[in-house]
Amino acid sequence: MQRNLKKIAMTVNGKAYTASVEPRMLLSDVIRDELGLTGTHVGCEHGICGACTVILDGRPVRSCLVFGVQADQSDVITVEGLADSNGELHPLQEAFWEKHGLQCGFCTPGVLMSACHFLQQNPNPSREEIREGISGNLCRCTGYQNIVDAVELAAETLNKNKSSDTESAKEQGVHSGRAVNV
Amino acid sequence: MSIGMSVKRIEDPRLITGNGQYVGDIKLPEQCEAVIVRSPHAHANILRIDTEKARNLPDVLMVVTGEDLPKDLSPIPMRLAPNEALTKALQYPLAKGKVRYVGEPVVLIVASSRYTAEDAADLIEVIYKPLPPITDVQSAIHPDTAVLHPEIGSNDLFLIHSKRGSVEEQLKSCPYILEEDLYVQRHSGIPLETRGLLAFVDKKNRLTVFGPTKVVHFNHNILATLLKKEPKDIRFIETDVGGGFGPRGEFYPEDYLIPYAALQLGRPVKWIEDRLEHMKATNHSREQKHHVVVGFDESGRIHALKDEIFVDTGAFIRTHGVTVPVLTQGLLPGPYDIQALEFITHVVATNKTPTGTYRGPGRFEGTFVRERIIDMVAKKLNLDPTVVRERNLIKPEQMPYTNGISALGQVVEYDSGDYPFILDAARRAMDWDHFTERKMQAEQEGKLLGLGFAMFVEKSGLGPWEFCEVEMKENGELICKTGLADVGQGVKTALAQICADQLGIPYSKVTVIHGDTDTVEKGNGSFATRGTVVGGSAAWYASAALKKKLLEGAAAHYHIPREELDIQNQKIIQISNSIELGPLEDIVVKCKDQGIDLHEKYTFSIDHMSYPSGIHAAEIEIDSETGKVKIEKYYIAYDIGRAINPLLVRGQLVGGMAQGLGGALYEELRYDDTGQLITGSFMDYLIPSSMEVPEINIEIFENSPSPLNPLGVKGAGEGGTVAVAPAIANAITNALDKYPINITSLPIRPELIRDAIKKGPVRNEEEQT
Repeated sequence: MQRNLKKIAMTVNGKAYTASVEPRMLLSDVIRDELGLTGTHVGCEHGICGACTVILDGRPVRSCLVFGVQADQSDVITVEGLADSNGELHPLQEAFWEKHGLQCGFCTPGVLMSACHFLQQNPNPSREEIREGISGNLCRCTGYQNIVDAVELAAETLNKNKSSDTESAKEQGVHSGRAVNV
Repeated sequence: MSIGMSVKRIEDPRLITGNGQYVGDIKLPEQCEAVIVRSPHAHANILRIDTEKARNLPDVLMVVTGEDLPKDLSPIPMRLAPNEALTKALQYPLAKGKVRYVGEPVVLIVASSRYTAEDAADLIEVIYKPLPPITDVQSAIHPDTAVLHPEIGSNDLFLIHSKRGSVEEQLKSCPYILEEDLYVQRHSGIPLETRGLLAFVDKKNRLTVFGPTKVVHFNHNILATLLKKEPKDIRFIETDVGGGFGPRGEFYPEDYLIPYAALQLGRPVKWIEDRLEHMKATNHSREQKHHVVVGFDESGRIHALKDEIFVDTGAFIRTHGVTVPVLTQGLLPGPYDIQALEFITHVVATNKTPTGTYRGPGRFEGTFVRERIIDMVAKKLNLDPTVVRERNLIKPEQMPYTNGISALGQVVEYDSGDYPFILDAARRAMDWDHFTERKMQAEQEGKLLGLGFAMFVEKSGLGPWEFCEVEMKENGELICKTGLADVGQGVKTALAQICADQLGIPYSKVTVIHGDTDTVEKGNGSFATRGTVVGGSAAWYASAALKKKLLEGAAAHYHIPREELDIQNQKIIQISNSIELGPLEDIVVKCKDQGIDLHEKYTFSIDHMSYPSGIHAAEIEIDSETGKVKIEKYYIAYDIGRAINPLLVRGQLVGGMAQGLGGALYEELRYDDTGQLITGSFMDYLIPSSMEVPEINIEIFENSPSPLNPLGVKGAGEGGTVAVAPAIANAITNALDKYPINITSLPIRPELIRDAIKKGPVRNEEEQT
């Protein structure tokens, strides 16, 4: 059937993509089915569970509540963009592994994206603040305690890295950072 | 040594980088997608189904009604606790002539994409003639109510009657008798990933299905039977799974329909359940009404317990048969030594979603009932509820202890346990001795503080057997094939630790393979907290047999008797002087050179379950304006015999507690009078978020190893869930001991608490309800 297809262009995890999609196609479906980035999961399709959370132009969104066409010309970061290009894990990923912050792992990509943005906003959070920061992501396995532990640990690591980055940047006079700056 | 170590999971690197592969992530060439049109009525005759408009929509490949399926198709059979009488209430994959619950599959549509298939679903016209819906057990068993399964002749489908001693006789001599009605609401596992399947047929007409889990081999056989194919012509492959908890992985109508469609079309067919259909299509659980009579003396010693239970089983009997009703009875006495017991359970059909197990099936319900009753007894006698518990506990010297009730084909026999120790640990951890002072202090500050306890006995390690096959590769890596399934619980890490411990290698050298019927010869799967106990024991013995072969090879090589050798840190060791003789890898090569097959299979069989035990305790504060419960301190002690990985055990307990908390305070699959599910989305079915789940203190005890398996382990998966509701309910009634409240029903809503506070304190004991 001849469908009304719209061409969209996005930068996802630093890489340029184009796709032709129906206007009704959800961003979550575009990311998963058109771009093949299946790390972003769909848990409810009505904007509650947070599993599909991605960073859209610097802000976390539930990609099941955004149409693909709305993300035209935008910058998207998904869980696949967290580790650096050499495959070195992001401190959050390391911390989730270390602290047993996941069981089935289905909600995890969404939690990681929310937590990542949260730590940018609040680099030194209390446990209560972490709980509030991830409260938009449902997890059915962990009971959250280890997730809070993991985010706490990641905050420490990120802060340590930041201070040593600043040190070395001072020494070398260059800016140091991740390929995907999240 | 890797048993007992809190090592990081081998599952995680893929999952944290977005490289997991859940069934929805797989995409095959030419793949098309299915949707199911479901009944909007609780109870109705189907007069006509018009599929023409849907068929005529471009890119629609297939539209199937119940009339189109093979005439001799069998219904979906029972897997556990099967019973001949109940076969007349089994479900067929698509409704024929009549629908019996909202969400029952009526039409299957396959189209080129999910979007198109959903367009087509909108074009299906079904003419229904609604019938009066049956929405609760009381009206279901009323003689004037229509019978849902005429061949059985009654909505009271099945009766389970168990007795120990004579309750009637005991009650005659009891100075106190208490009678109470209690209710546990309908709720369920609700994993974050909904169900899904992807089936395709290859050129040789061999069918492959991605997406089965939990009981892969069993379901493989069911599908072969239903499709009238040879099992060898079907391959099941388990993918990553987004949470199990009981409902997921059972054989559902779609588990027939999707492979059927793939066979008909000759193209890969995918189906991913959406959340709204999950809420009404996937097994519900838990809904039970209890009428309890308990007889006791002035010391609080309970002599007789009678419970008449009505289980709302929903519209059909599904794969679990009467598992949940049977387990409810089996563990209802919990850790207490009660002389006379009588349990009568009615399994009742209603026009609601069919039911099955959910983490702690029967024990969540029974523990709520029993542990509330204990506190009611204590209140009646004005005794410390922990003292009443203490006076009724089974003593360690009574082990093994039989409570006389049968469950899952075996009489419940507690293998080991020190229940008084666990109670003491909880009293200490919660500073129970000083609680009254804390409570009075808080009261002066205008705060309502309460502390509640709930003890439990869990079951684990259900047989009859589990299979493991191990093979050592030339590079010293171990392949471990298990009949268990991975639903996210960390089974790969646990098995890797067990094999590694036995073989003296790092757990990271173990690759665990599961869930592929072409690769793993046989298996019973992951349910009933059996994985580590039964599958772990199989892995232990298979590895032991392999180790024996390796040491024989080493003995020949070093000319030292096998009995004097061991493997540690991938090295052959002479036990007497701890001398390292050489690397394990050398021996592996030698063995291969000598044609020794470093490959072992083991089937571990077990007749009896093992019974871990524990306690939950909650200290709460109540907001007297809103009735909101704030958990200030939460404690779980659990004796699981031996922890393979304490980090994972803690994860199970905290995660399990969150689910129990949902059942205690938030979650309910609620129906209105017309049989409509009114909590069918995450906006009204409230899964606890990080704001509701408190920090939890856990003590894992290894005081009572199971004598029934070589590792001494008891399962850890369900104990976090089962006692949350009574611990919190007892804490609330403790906080409100001056107010007219008696919690007998779940979930405990803030309005119940607020109303009690609004009514104000009652003057004396007698006025309290």
